[in-house]
Amino acid sequence: MAAPDVVVIGAGIVGAACALACAREGLSVTVIEADLAGGGATAAGMGHLVVMDDSEAQFSLTRYSVELWRELSGELPQNAEYTPYGTIWVAVDGEEMAHVAGKREFYAARGVATEILDQRALAEAEPHLRAGLAGGLLVPGDAVVYPPCAARYFIETAERRGTKLQIGRRVVEILRDGVQLEDSTRISAGVVVNAAGSWAPKLTPGVDVRPRKGHLVITDRYPGFVRHQLVELGYLKSAHSLSADSVAFNIQPRLTGQLLIGSSRQFGAEDSSVEHSMLVRMVARAGEFMPEIGGLLATRAWTGFRAATPDKLPLIGPWPENDRLFLATGHEGLGITTSLATGALLADQLMGRASRIPHAPYLPGRTFQHAEQT
Amino acid sequence: MIKQVTRASQTQHFDVLVAGAGPAGMAAAYAAAQSRARVGVVDDNSGPGGQIWRGLPVAGETPVHALPKQAAEWNARFSNAKIAMIFGAKVFAHPEPGILAAETWQGSVVLDFRKLVLATGARERFLPFPGWTLPGVMGAGGLQALVKSGMPIRGARVVIAGTGPLLLAVADYMRHAGARILLIAEQAPANRVRRFATKLLRHPAKAWQAAKLRASLAGVPYRMGTWPIAAGGTDKLEWVEVTEGKKTQRIACDYLACGFHLVPNTELAALLGCQMDAGCVHVDDLQETSVEGVYCAGEPTGIGGLEKALVEGEIAGYAAAGDTARARQHFTARAVARGFASALEETFALRAELRSLAAPETLVCRCEDVPLKSLERHKSWRDAKLQTRCGMGPCQGRVCGPAVEFLFGWSPESVRPPIFPARLESFIAAARIARDPAAARQ
Amino acid sequence: MRQMIALQINGAPIAVPSGTTVAAAVLSSGVKRFRRAVHGEPRAALCGMGTCFECRVAIDGKAHARSCQVVCAEGMEVRCDD
Repeated sequence: MAAPDVVVIGAGIVGAACALACAREGLSVTVIEADLAGGGATAAGMGHLVVMDDSEAQFSLTRYSVELWRELSGELPQNAEYTPYGTIWVAVDGEEMAHVAGKREFYAARGVATEILDQRALAEAEPHLRAGLAGGLLVPGDAVVYPPCAARYFIETAERRGTKLQIGRRVVEILRDGVQLEDSTRISAGVVVNAAGSWAPKLTPGVDVRPRKGHLVITDRYPGFVRHQLVELGYLKSAHSLSADSVAFNIQPRLTGQLLIGSSRQFGAEDSSVEHSMLVRMVARAGEFMPEIGGLLATRAWTGFRAATPDKLPLIGPWPENDRLFLATGHEGLGITTSLATGALLADQLMGRASRIPHAPYLPGRTFQHAEQT
Repeated sequence: MIKQVTRASQTQHFDVLVAGAGPAGMAAAYAAAQSRARVGVVDDNSGPGGQIWRGLPVAGETPVHALPKQAAEWNARFSNAKIAMIFGAKVFAHPEPGILAAETWQGSVVLDFRKLVLATGARERFLPFPGWTLPGVMGAGGLQALVKSGMPIRGARVVIAGTGPLLLAVADYMRHAGARILLIAEQAPANRVRRFATKLLRHPAKAWQAAKLRASLAGVPYRMGTWPIAAGGTDKLEWVEVTEGKKTQRIACDYLACGFHLVPNTELAALLGCQMDAGCVHVDDLQETSVEGVYCAGEPTGIGGLEKALVEGEIAGYAAAGDTARARQHFTARAVARGFASALEETFALRAELRSLAAPETLVCRCEDVPLKSLERHKSWRDAKLQTRCGMGPCQGRVCGPAVEFLFGWSPESVRPPIFPARLESFIAAARIARDPAAARQ
Repeated sequence: MRQMIALQINGAPIAVPSGTTVAAAVLSSGVKRFRRAVHGEPRAALCGMGTCFECRVAIDGKAHARSCQVVCAEGMEVRCDD
């Protein structure tokens, strides 16, 4: 059998999107997954498709990718549950409302539609938010998807174009011309893509990706309780803290009527067990915005590990020490959102053409602005 | 002494806490209370007795139905011992070592313990077949539980099916409650069931029970090697079809009481990190699990019925309270009781035909409406869960888990809190209670 | 003779002996459907012991109550799915 053009390590949503993008170019692809397709961070995450404004590069990537999701939404299967709920960034006080105005300007200047909600409009949009909040910013173009089924769809679509999926096989070493598996077999490839998320540094030593544990909890069915993805503006503080364990209000409606509640971030936590104290901090924070959630039944709680880089931007592109090795990892809490754009950028680079957005900010060879992570 | 806990965020401190107030839990609590240990029992039900002795009268009440002598004796022992009883409380989390969090109808309670005895019992195994989700199709123990809780059954036509000695016990109870039992269909082949019946002669109490049952059920068709293949009706059960492998018979009826033996409730043990052996909680001679200070008794250590539950409960209770000498006195009785347990397992093993009852559209996961055809393509429980939602509903896989294990050989995954759906406010309340109020808390 | 408890099921009054669970009261009142499944089919109590979650109804406005594990109290308002 001829060596594939591309071997993708990891069948999470990022690896799956890369495989699909490469397969669409007519490249022969083999995806190697040690456990389950879409079973790692992909299975744990919220599936919030969100255009972020915390940096120009983050905006660029997320906006591009959310657009790609919207274009794809018509062909996604029902079980991927793509739903254009929109996001409301919630402001608690006047200071945060000023921030909201700034956000609106940022988005407007770049062609992303938003709407400022004052206190009354916010209450109308989301009656279960507590009284006394200042308002918020509605971003109607944001959406929600169920990641494991979306990832499975990407893989299956790639398979229909000839991509081979190897499940239950673990890559232990990336070679100059391919990969070596745990069972000692070797698979040659023109190019290797390391899309192994939190495990990426194990295969490519020196990659600065660290696991960032998050907790989530899902409730029983309460249809209509929440209508949009609701995120507190303080979320950005939590997502940007480099060292402290933090929580932020982040709640998502699902088509089933269940509510998915996040979010939390911990550094240095290595075991995947649900920590009661962290869960409680997160739920208590949510309760500060939606007091009635206390009476809702939680049916499941779980954790996941985001792959975090020092500057919050993913690594998409060639690894300086091996020009046949590409990285597609480090997506932190935006892996679902930016999976499609990641695939697009990767395919562009493999095909030697310019991308729709500048790819320099995501190159693995870049110098990180924030030098240390504690 | 019974305390109904309704106020939120109470902490109760115990030397020995018993989770479950069925026979094993009652025996454990009684045994532990013989020492000067402070003993508590927590159970989701509104009173003691678990499933098999559901509806035990609380002190002062007259029983609604005549109680078996053994149940009445144990109830008296239990009620007269110095035991704090917390009913209507379901344990949902283990927030830190030595603490269990439980939720009640109105609030929550935090239970602080030095030693813990897990006596969480068992539940019925349900297998999917066309029509099994119709109102009117219940477990065998399920129908009995509902009748004991006040559901009228007099004159109703009932078919009892599935497997296990529970079927006969249920039939007996239903007859006394006035139901018309049309058929008892036991899937185990006749030769195995008859061998089992002769084994009972070695257990005098059981032989007597069995004879009594036979007499009481004279006239009720009891067919072995027979199993249900479909249930039907418009919006509720109207008929059941059974077969012995060749011919099929349709029986008009009001209720189908169908359960395929029992599976142990090991979720709390798994949450605590107890080691399992073939799906049961591993225990040593003194009923201690692999987690120090945590004991386990009764069905979770192996499905074995009432005698095993009682004797293991006593051993665990004495051991947890530090009285190993008294615990050892019951070792012989336990060996005898466990002998019965292995005979049970062998006799009522599920036949292969039961794997083929479900049609492609038959739902396997009832909480999330996942049909068989959606599951067949997946290679593991976790994969099926993520892709189809099977097992992600409120029952947390308690119904579909044993079914997919039998159908596909999928083993259950590790357990995370909450082990029962619980209100978010109960999580918060549990965390606020410090084990040691004097200790600094952030 | 046990005391009788008065409650409402789907707006209709019923009296049951004290100690009766809400699930048993629902069945006593002739109601066959406790809830509707994800795709709308009627469902009723299965396990009778609080593990299957098929007997969920709203009790005094609180959704998703396992009716087989709740004892009837005076004045309770029980609502099954339409």
